[in-house]
Amino acid sequence: MNVQNMILTLQEYWAKQNCMIMQAYDTEKGAGTMSPFTLLRTIGPEPWNVAYVEPSRRPADGRYGENPNRLYQHHQFQVIMKPSPINIQELYLKSLEALGINPLKHDIRFVEDNWENPTLGCAGLGWEVWLDGMEITQFTYFQQVGGLEANPVAAEITYGLERLASYIQDKENVFDLEWVEGFTYGDIFKQPEYEHSKYTFEVSDSQMLFSLFGTYEQEAKRALDEGLVFPAYDYILKCSHTFNLLDARGAISVTERTGYIGRVRNLARAAARLYYDERERLGFPMLKKKEGKDNE
Amino acid sequence: MSNRDFLLEIGLEELPARFVTTSVNQLKDKIKSWLAEERLEFADIRTFATPRRLAILIEGLHESQPDISEVAKGPAKKIAYDEEGNWTKAAQGFARGQGVTTEDLFFKEVKGVEYIHAKKFIQGQKTVELLPKMKDIITSLHFPKNMRWGSNDLRFARPIRWLVALFGKEVVPFSITSIETSSTTYGHRFLGKEIEITEPSEYVVSLLGEYVIANQDERKRAIRNQIESMTEGKGWIVPIDEELLEEVNNLVEYPTALSGSFDEDFLTLPKEVLITSMKEHQRYFPVENKEGELLPYFITVRNGDHQHLDNVSKGNEKVLRARLSDAAFFYREDQKVSIDNALQRLEQIVYHEELGSIGDKVRRVRDLVKTVGLKLSVDSSTAKTADRIAEICKFDLVTQMVNEFPELQGRMGEVYAELAGEDKAVTKGIYEHYQPRFAGDHSPTTLAGTVVSISEKLDTIVTCFAIGLIPTGSQDPYALRRQAAGVVQMVNDHKLDVNLEELIKSSLDVANRRQLLKREYDEIEKELIEFFTLRVRALLQEQGVQYDIIDSVLSNEIGHVPTLIKKTQILTEKHDDPSFKKVVEALSRVTNIAKKAEGEGTIDPTLFEKDEEQALYTHYKEVKNSVREALSQGDAKQAFEVLASSEPVINQYFDHIMVMTEDKTIRANRLYLMRELSEVIRSFAHFQSIVFA
Repeated sequence: MNVQNMILTLQEYWAKQNCMIMQAYDTEKGAGTMSPFTLLRTIGPEPWNVAYVEPSRRPADGRYGENPNRLYQHHQFQVIMKPSPINIQELYLKSLEALGINPLKHDIRFVEDNWENPTLGCAGLGWEVWLDGMEITQFTYFQQVGGLEANPVAAEITYGLERLASYIQDKENVFDLEWVEGFTYGDIFKQPEYEHSKYTFEVSDSQMLFSLFGTYEQEAKRALDEGLVFPAYDYILKCSHTFNLLDARGAISVTERTGYIGRVRNLARAAARLYYDERERLGFPMLKKKEGKDNE
Repeated sequence: MSNRDFLLEIGLEELPARFVTTSVNQLKDKIKSWLAEERLEFADIRTFATPRRLAILIEGLHESQPDISEVAKGPAKKIAYDEEGNWTKAAQGFARGQGVTTEDLFFKEVKGVEYIHAKKFIQGQKTVELLPKMKDIITSLHFPKNMRWGSNDLRFARPIRWLVALFGKEVVPFSITSIETSSTTYGHRFLGKEIEITEPSEYVVSLLGEYVIANQDERKRAIRNQIESMTEGKGWIVPIDEELLEEVNNLVEYPTALSGSFDEDFLTLPKEVLITSMKEHQRYFPVENKEGELLPYFITVRNGDHQHLDNVSKGNEKVLRARLSDAAFFYREDQKVSIDNALQRLEQIVYHEELGSIGDKVRRVRDLVKTVGLKLSVDSSTAKTADRIAEICKFDLVTQMVNEFPELQGRMGEVYAELAGEDKAVTKGIYEHYQPRFAGDHSPTTLAGTVVSISEKLDTIVTCFAIGLIPTGSQDPYALRRQAAGVVQMVNDHKLDVNLEELIKSSLDVANRRQLLKREYDEIEKELIEFFTLRVRALLQEQGVQYDIIDSVLSNEIGHVPTLIKKTQILTEKHDDPSFKKVVEALSRVTNIAKKAEGEGTIDPTLFEKDEEQALYTHYKEVKNSVREALSQGDAKQAFEVLASSEPVINQYFDHIMVMTEDKTIRANRLYLMRELSEVIRSFAHFQSIVFA
């Protein structure tokens, strides 16, 4: 199965489980969790079921397109179900079958892995899912989001698409993966991988990035002060990505590092709190929707 | 009494492997104490634990509590009746309290006085009515980490998916979150089906039919046997790491061991890299030949049956290949970085914000290594080796391999330094300077490695104390206790001729010269000595030394640890000797009365009035020198024998001399003698602390 069909299959599968199919969010981010479709929407009592592909940038992982397994940007397929349904594990396992992975022919295991993202004030408990010894999915029950207690709890399923594809297509090198017939992953991503790596490690202007970080931070604060959570959150994402670029460039000392992470975390927490308050002020509209649906 | 079996099963989403065994034991303990509390009798209790279920089978559980029939004694007859011969309030109250009416009361004589009594009968409750209490027992389980799920408030290790509570054929009804008990359980996630349990005793067999080996010990045995039979005839040796086996066992419900291979070229990587990749990251068992060399194979345990094993093996091989390729890449790249270059990078890595970079730490350790070397009078070649070890012991922290496998710090340093042409004694020291790495680990074998390890640990402890990072209660984020215990262990294992207090002071001086002390020198020193005293105490306790003997030898400074230990050995050995008590009493008499000595002053022999005084004085001078000499040579036995020989002289003295005499000058002079002698005695131990049965 090529990568495109994997995406289509997963989208179709989760759409059938009443997940709304979102599109990738248009601001740079390090993981699908950081999309407002996960980070903000898992806050508060409103139900939320979505699935989407998220291109995720990890500048420090850039390897000029030369490493068969590490990438500046990889793709996550993200599923969020809030509250977590009782059969969420079974739903997940069926999705693997939809991808053609017959569990009887493999060894599938749930191995404890507790996930934490201090920058965003997030913590969760769950597993990494192993397919014949390879981690293909991160499966997490959110316990805390943006510093707020998660209630109800959302289940997050994050498939590493490249890993899964390399297994399904039996390829050793990510650039040999077939995206669609006639086009490999390398055809599409080799050049950007090289260029982004070169830019990140050799070319990026640290002075400019430091100044951008400050500017984004100020703008995020200003938007927060105006009660505008989504615009503020976009700038927080930009802060986070700018920090990652600086960090990968080696421009931030270990001591300073803690300080920068703290600054992003404070903003993320403020945005989380503001999101909750705004939804509460609006009377948690999606909660009513659910009740309406239940009454039908 | 008729009885039935009771089965309780908690169906779960995959429990963390490390929780499985402890959780089922906890469940069993709680149920056992509940049974005792409820006076419920049973024949046997068994546990079953897999990642997806915790279960308890109580065999032969009685149908009900035994009835209680007992006689209770109430107030005396004269209090029970009033003047008119009616029951008093006291009697009525007693009857009420016993759950009977006054008509049931009767009289019985106790020691010549008549009292009212009541015959009390409590019918035992039916077990089936008590069993719903299991709900509280389940929800009271505690785990290292808890979570919530869905819209529930319950915190548990992982979500509960089903509950079985079966007393005989009868379901015991209760529910947790929205899950209700039933007699339905589930087999293996992929191979098994839903199962209806009709009798608790069928549990194990029913599950086995659906590919679940429910008992943890049986499962473990199966894994062991499978691994053993796989290695037969192949010349494979698979050392079973018990911790790994325990984890693997709790990751599967139906284990099937299988093997895989990797490219022989990877065998050029250091053995530890291969082992860490296989064990820590993939939970594989490495395979060795009879010579203990690694072979290019591994064994993994699948959660499933024998079907499609080739497929599973192929997948695992692919994963390991990717990991080892990464490791090989790091290994190549790391060798391109010179040690000097790596050391420069250490200057950029913050050790602690208030304590500078790792480069700074290395310089402190080097300073201390020099001082410690001088104190131990090590030869110049050892001193040179130790200095080089200290200089480069941290360089591997900037390598990609250690970044990927932090547990290989020290080992990679050894490997890379050897490749870079460093002296073998130096490379060995790089590895050794982290030893002992954990409680029960070995000390470094070389003197140079020991000196660096002691210095490195002392620096960590002392500088943390200097800035106020002191372990409290269960909080010890920098593992200072373990490191201090390591220092004590090394000093003792190598019988190093140095006082612990001196070591602490040397390290404090190094930190002080760099203005790192954020608090008063004396205060920090005092806390450090207390901290180390506790570690020494712990070491002695581990060796089985009695508390009173530990107290007696630790009443002064810690001093020279090996001698201290010898002191406890001789005191322990002598403790039950009939003569020992007399010795202790005599010595304690001296130390007790010596406390009364006041002011500066020395002994003036011309003031002696009796022969016994002169005799004790002469004896004191001998003892003083012999005890000091014996202790300085670490001969605690000799020192003790000398002190013990004082007993008759001391007793003679007290038989004839009244220390607290009227004459102030004479009294003071006698007390000075007591004080001087007391100091000699106390240089060995505080004998008053010793307790006799």
